[in-house]
Amino acid sequence: MIENNPFSLNEKTVLVTGASSGIGKAIAQECAKMGAKLIITARNEERLKDTLQSLVGNGHQYIIADFSSDDGINDLVKSLPILDGMVHCAGLIKRLPLKFVNESHLTEIMQTNFFAPALITQKIYKAKKIQQEGSVVFISSVATGFASFGNIMYMASKGAINSLSKGIAFELATQKIRVNCIEPGMIVTNLTKAISDEELAEDVKRYPLGRFGKPEEIGYAAVYLLSNASKWITGSVIKIDGGLTLR
Amino acid sequence: MKEQFLNQVKETLEITDREINFEDNFKEYDEWDSLNLLSIIAMIDEEYGVTIDSNTMSKITTIEELYNIIESNK
Repeated sequence: MIENNPFSLNEKTVLVTGASSGIGKAIAQECAKMGAKLIITARNEERLKDTLQSLVGNGHQYIIADFSSDDGINDLVKSLPILDGMVHCAGLIKRLPLKFVNESHLTEIMQTNFFAPALITQKIYKAKKIQQEGSVVFISSVATGFASFGNIMYMASKGAINSLSKGIAFELATQKIRVNCIEPGMIVTNLTKAISDEELAEDVKRYPLGRFGKPEEIGYAAVYLLSNASKWITGSVIKIDGGLTLR
Repeated sequence: MKEQFLNQVKETLEITDREINFEDNFKEYDEWDSLNLLSIIAMIDEEYGVTIDSNTMSKITTIEELYNIIESNK
């Protein structure tokens, strides 16, 4: 082992939302491998417990949280210890062509993908539950700048996250708190079930590296952004997309 | 009800120049593309409260089959 490994998350307490499946689960697992103490949240207790059991090391905990209401967010923030980092992974996709977009669909998407991560960050900061030199990571998407049919609401919610991240990064730089986004391309998870196998087979051809991403490949980037190795990175967007957006 | 469904499909696919039938393979229509696939799924969800996943959609071809899925899921 290298002493003072800059990528280590030893002694760091990290919150991961949306940790019961997909990218959130993989991020929690990779952070645990690097020594972090995890606080994982999601709505589904059973699956969240599965994630908890899969984490290496000790001292991890889970909190059931429903971000569809302000109360859910307040309760979560109240029960949190002081954090060194947080990763916002909870997310929702609903594919609807413009003709079918309405206020209730938009509200549902924006609540989970934008309002919740924005307000959780705001409330944690206000409650002084993030350390100086802490790190905030938002999971955005290449969809911010790469259109696909029926993805308007998701694109908009993630675009909002990118701007939110930069705004917060600028304000919190005085505290040496760093704020960054990761923009994954297609990662095969439960969320991609909305897309037919046929469409996926066609879509994968657009990836220069020849395949979709794996959840842990987003986890490695989260580890980096949470670690001291990325101490001089803030307001950045790291694209991890197998080359999808090269062209 | 059947007539109404045909009209809804017609309207969703923005077909204005001809009538359509239950036996038609809608995937052979000139208007058919991946955006219209999403539109048909969204229309059925909105009008009938039935969610058809995209894998089921990829297996069916006629408007009748679509209609039968709605009937059996109502």
